Amino acid sequence: MTLLDVRGLTTAFMTGRGEVNAIEDVSFSLKEGEILGIVGESGSGKSVTALTIMDLLPKPPARIAAGDVHFNGQRLTGLNDRAMQAIRGPGISMIFQEPMTSLNPVFSIGDQIMETIAAHERLSKSDLRKRAIDMLDKVGIPSASRRLDDYPHQMSGGQRQRVMIAMALACNPKLLIADEPTTALDVTIQAQILDLLMDLRDEYGMAIMIITHNMGVIAETADRVLVMYAGRVIEEAPVATIFDHPMHPYTRGLLECVPSLTEDRPRLVAIPGTLPEPARRPPGCRFSPRCTYAVASCSAAIPPLEALETAHTAACFRARELA
Amino acid sequence: MIGVAFRRLLSAIPVLLIVSLISFGLMRLIPGDPAAAIAGVSATPAQIEQLRRDLGLDEPIYLQLIDYYRGLAQGDLGRSLLLGTGVFAATMERLPVTIGLSLYAMVFTLLIGIASGIIAALRQNTWIDQAAMMFAMIGISVPNFFLGLLMIILFAVHLGWLPSGGYVPFSDDPVGWLRSLAMPAFSLALLQAGLLARITRSSMLEVLRQDYIRTARAKGLSQRKVVLKHALSNALIPIVTVVGIIVSLLLSGAVVTEALFSIPGMGQLLTQAVLNRDYPMVQGGLLLVTTFLVMVNITVDVLYAVLDPRVRYE
Repeated sequence: MTLLDVRGLTTAFMTGRGEVNAIEDVSFSLKEGEILGIVGESGSGKSVTALTIMDLLPKPPARIAAGDVHFNGQRLTGLNDRAMQAIRGPGISMIFQEPMTSLNPVFSIGDQIMETIAAHERLSKSDLRKRAIDMLDKVGIPSASRRLDDYPHQMSGGQRQRVMIAMALACNPKLLIADEPTTALDVTIQAQILDLLMDLRDEYGMAIMIITHNMGVIAETADRVLVMYAGRVIEEAPVATIFDHPMHPYTRGLLECVPSLTEDRPRLVAIPGTLPEPARRPPGCRFSPRCTYAVASCSAAIPPLEALETAHTAACFRARELA
Repeated sequence: MIGVAFRRLLSAIPVLLIVSLISFGLMRLIPGDPAAAIAGVSATPAQIEQLRRDLGLDEPIYLQLIDYYRGLAQGDLGRSLLLGTGVFAATMERLPVTIGLSLYAMVFTLLIGIASGIIAALRQNTWIDQAAMMFAMIGISVPNFFLGLLMIILFAVHLGWLPSGGYVPFSDDPVGWLRSLAMPAFSLALLQAGLLARITRSSMLEVLRQDYIRTARAKGLSQRKVVLKHALSNALIPIVTVVGIIVSLLLSGAVVTEALFSIPGMGQLLTQAVLNRDYPMVQGGLLLVTTFLVMVNITVDVLYAVLDPRVRYE
């Protein structure tokens, strides 16, 4: 059953140079228990998409210019603050890239977990404490009952991210949005955190939307992948399909950037050029100036997202002929 | 936390020593003779000389200083040359009046300053923000004696709501105390409130941008909780530091305000003492005021540790 449905979502920001769309016409959906990976470079609109769904962008300068978000059959766009607060936590919860700064330094971690539960459920103080200890246990914090009264500065980055996960899962959400959850962590800790997320998915059966620029993370976790470029979705497919035969030249480029131990590749290929700023996006296909396959028609119109095979869509005029 | 308080108490000792030395030295550096001031204009030079000997002012300065410290070591601040009473007793009669006025002004300062700072930060760049900051600027710019005068004209002379001056002790009539000090406290507070509003606003803006505020909102907490718990508790840390400074500003501002509203506080006492070269009174009075300020600052440091666990565990 569809849990999250995003249709034509466009989020605009008021800037010094007028209004620009950070994301444009973003559509996708997510089934219960599914893990969707959203991949793209910094500035491609991944985080803005997540923050728009959560309604966490400051308004102004942000504004939903078009589109809808439905969650669990309920329309989220246009909900008032109070109704949205009830969704955040038990409905959708979120963890962030920076575990070092995502916890409030002046409250104990126990306090921060307990207040999350208390915001959504009526529980006695001792029950809250029990639940918080239970959650810390689940995310692998040793001697949880003792560490409950610790402050964030007494913990390492990996432990803080575990606390963030405990907090995010404390109300048993149906969807967890993980925005670059491992980017700021050591490689060994990254693997642990990803394993933890996968285990918890199996235990709680929640859906996960994992945002990353790391193809390795996608390969390890996601069921389905959404590739974003310059604020638009440019390709969507099951994870095996993306790695096996990507259709969009940008996705191919992304995959060629991943170093491989097994294949004999002379050197790593970098995609030429840089991601255009939102206010200076080229006409037509936004990737065309950087694309080795671009032809004249590419800069004439924005290519629509087309279904090329079952469950595989891409936004490229030449996808079929290049495949 | 007790450790913090203890360490600060120890470091207060040199502060008090230095202050006592400065007040002793300054009084003797300024021209004027306490004996002449006490003896009056009709006294003969011989009478003045006699009085100087009686008061021990003919001794070398280092002997006077040793005497002064010997007294201090025994807890004796000496006798006022002018009033004839003990310096400690005279100060204890006046200091509570000034501290009461300052605390009253502090309440105004905190209420007006913090509330308007928070509101301005939450409504950044709207007309509410601009209005709040404009009032803060007016508060900072208008001298408090001038504001006091305007208030007397409006509330005492025209409207007759509040007394134009005088002092009712709290123990006699709490409501009368509140009424008699309302205008002095408000006029004293406005400058500090303006300062505090601006500091609160910038501190709140800084905190509201932090990642943990986004986390708090992502957890589904109410706006109230996000602002008053998560943002304010962090924003208060720099604010508390300023509060210590504000208390000392209020105490020094009280001198002028007391004169304007004829309130019998420390300001009056010390002004009189300085004008009459009442050495023991000035030295003892300043030392006691300093002691009070040092205690306020120790409280601020302890409060700092209460608010910020990172300080507590160092």
